[in-house]
Amino acid sequence: MHRFATLYTELDRTASTLAKRGAIASYLRDAPAGDAAWAAYVLGGGKLRRLATSTELRQALAASTGYADWLIDESYEQVGDLAETIALMLPEGDGSLADEPLQTWMEQKLPALAKLESADRVAQLQAWWRALRPAQVFLLNKLITGSLRVGVSHRLVVQAIAQWSGQPTDLIAHRMSGQWKPAADALTALTHAAGDDEHLADRPYPFFLASPLEHEVEMLGDMDEWMAEWKWDGIRAQLMRRDGHVGLWSRGEERLDGRFPEIEEAAAALKSDGVIDGEILAWDAQEKLPRPFTALQKRIGKLKPGAKLLTSAPVCFMAYDLLEHNGSDLREQPLRERRDMLAALIDGVDPALMLSPPVVADSWTALTVERQQSRQRQTEGLMLKRLDSPYRVGRKRGDWWKWKVDPYTLDAVLLYAQPGHGRRSGLFTDYTFGVWDGDTLVPVAKAYSGLDDKEIGQLDRWIRAHTTDRFGPVRAVEATHVFELAFEAVQLSARHKSGVATRFPRILRWRTDKSIADADKLDDLRRLASG
Amino acid sequence: MSDPLLQPRPEGLYCPAGDFFIDPMLPVARAVVTHAHGDHARSGSGRYQVAAAGIGLMRERLGQDALIDAHDYGETFRMGEVEVSLHPAGHVLGSAQVRMAYGGRVVVVSGDYKRDPDPTCVPFEPVSCDVFVTESTFGLPVYRWPPMTQVIDDLLAWWDDCAQKQIPAVLFCYALGKAQRILAELAPRTERMVHLHGAMLRLVESYREAGVRMVPTEPVSESARGRNFAGELILAPPSAAGSPWMKRFSKASTGFASGWMQIRGNRRRRGYDRGFVVSDHADWPGLIRSVEDSQASRIYVTHGDGDTLIRHLRDLGHDAQSLHVLRGTDNESGG
Repeated sequence: MHRFATLYTELDRTASTLAKRGAIASYLRDAPAGDAAWAAYVLGGGKLRRLATSTELRQALAASTGYADWLIDESYEQVGDLAETIALMLPEGDGSLADEPLQTWMEQKLPALAKLESADRVAQLQAWWRALRPAQVFLLNKLITGSLRVGVSHRLVVQAIAQWSGQPTDLIAHRMSGQWKPAADALTALTHAAGDDEHLADRPYPFFLASPLEHEVEMLGDMDEWMAEWKWDGIRAQLMRRDGHVGLWSRGEERLDGRFPEIEEAAAALKSDGVIDGEILAWDAQEKLPRPFTALQKRIGKLKPGAKLLTSAPVCFMAYDLLEHNGSDLREQPLRERRDMLAALIDGVDPALMLSPPVVADSWTALTVERQQSRQRQTEGLMLKRLDSPYRVGRKRGDWWKWKVDPYTLDAVLLYAQPGHGRRSGLFTDYTFGVWDGDTLVPVAKAYSGLDDKEIGQLDRWIRAHTTDRFGPVRAVEATHVFELAFEAVQLSARHKSGVATRFPRILRWRTDKSIADADKLDDLRRLASG
Repeated sequence: MSDPLLQPRPEGLYCPAGDFFIDPMLPVARAVVTHAHGDHARSGSGRYQVAAAGIGLMRERLGQDALIDAHDYGETFRMGEVEVSLHPAGHVLGSAQVRMAYGGRVVVVSGDYKRDPDPTCVPFEPVSCDVFVTESTFGLPVYRWPPMTQVIDDLLAWWDDCAQKQIPAVLFCYALGKAQRILAELAPRTERMVHLHGAMLRLVESYREAGVRMVPTEPVSESARGRNFAGELILAPPSAAGSPWMKRFSKASTGFASGWMQIRGNRRRRGYDRGFVVSDHADWPGLIRSVEDSQASRIYVTHGDGDTLIRHLRDLGHDAQSLHVLRGTDNESGG
């Protein structure tokens, strides 16, 4: 734990990706194999299942320090991170467990913690804290509560493993995709030289991600070299059938098997094996349009959907690309050939599996006009893909662009604020905004981003001085400030008090020129949602 | 509150029985000033009472023509009907707590203070009293200062690391108090020279004149044009961050020395490469200990996270109240 805590501190101290990659690579070289594998796993975003509740952590902290619950809450509000709050408040431990290897923590100690009765778990946490230094207490708590948040992406871990082992990044990425499990020999398995006998059959391919188009579309050059299709708003996924076995993986590389049986049935009906990249959508077969994302949300959480849900919220798989056919990897083939093979493969199968139709236009101008229909088609805009492009790994600029339509905007009033986390901990940066429903303001959107540091500081001070009520960490503030928000869509929602849900709201501008009387009305949002 | 010794007024904290203000914000006839930070020592008042140990700094701050009476720590002098004495606060050079005795009661206004050892000033002296007025800049239990030796270890390791990478190490810290404390803490550990931003020169000189031993320093402005600062340590006030002045330190690694650096979110948000936990204020245990040491039957808490400290002191059985004293902001004393 000591060695990993040192690595963490090193990662935390630098914003340089290069320095982070180097630090991880040298840790992998020096640490015992089992520790290295677990470090790669947790740094890449891997988690153990929830080991203790935050209530249990607070109880253990109260018992260890004798501090009142309210004082712990106040401290947490200031720090914005429970793992850190605990490390800062505890009396310093003796370090007797500091040299316990990360692997032992991850494979024995922490899983055993989860099996204890709650009261014993609280006692166990206290005992561990007494035996660790503050930096290690912090890290232990981070491992227990989930995310490390140290500015390291899965991709960066892959690159560090590649740097350390000398193997190509894409190969490591592929071997780590899917449900890669750490163990003492796991890194060796990742980093041996490529061979023909490579068995990656149960793994999805790393996804190729498009970049936002930030220049004029005409600059992409000759339109004949490009294909356009709608940018569907669902769950990006890979549908695979290998040796007749069907699997479905999300972009987050989670198995979705069983959740969308109609898609799996369609894959089973294919003429031959293949791995298809596409999007899961809630589908309205009559209108031939996707239904709002809220409809898909009903299905996401259901492990085994019942017959009623299958009828009321059917889904389809919109196929974009073919990555593998009858066992051969097609990713180096040009997109135009992959698309032809994809069309042939899924031709005539179940409507639950359909080809994402190309959007055809004879000029960029004509395509720009087509793009204006994105909203009516329940899409977010267009995707532009170079017909010669291979299927790359990760977000590589140049071949695939997402060309989203301009967002909707509304003027809303700041109603509530609560402290942010991570880089923004201790500052009020999580805001709730409302619009007028008659003569009251009702919340319609939460937004976290869009202000610069100066505005955040200014607003933070204002919030502290104009709090009208407190609900735990949340503060109600005087209705004074108007903000222009952008959002991708608005949907009717029974789960929200206002009756509407905004999708991806974010702050565009602080409208100091407007008063709260100028804020938008809920009726307009409702109309937009039903329209 | 109608205490003959203590009354908050728009000008600052007023002592009616002695007819003087403590650290007035606005010009008044008679002032007692606890220390030389800009938000406590303001020019324009008729006559000042200060601790002799800080007279040099006070002259810098209040002007060479100001009427200033300097008193040794512990020396008693009369202001109206009140017996006043100044006692070390351990905050910066010459910082003082103000003890006021009148009609059998003793009130102590501690000003800003800290309990950690500091080679640049006389340590805080607990003074028994009936009423104790305490600051609460770091009034939460998450603020506990690490030992200074550990911070200096980190600082030297960072400096060495920068030297190895052939880049300058620019440490931002407040020009009065923090900078000198760091220079003094470095003295027994290294003889390497440290470069100073112009805003620090006279203050560092004042400390030297008062007999504080520090590492050798040199003004950045006296270095030749185009000088390479690779591997050098430079101290600068936080206001210099992002200014054109910084351009001469190409690829510099930046650090910030402040009590706020205790919180990871603050370290990351400020955008400095490194945070060093150094404060001239009391940490949470220091605040609680000082309240206990005062043996006061009533505690007044000024500024900072006062509400939390007050509630906690009440939980501990103290009669604690908030005392609202207006205080401007000042770039020199932010923790």
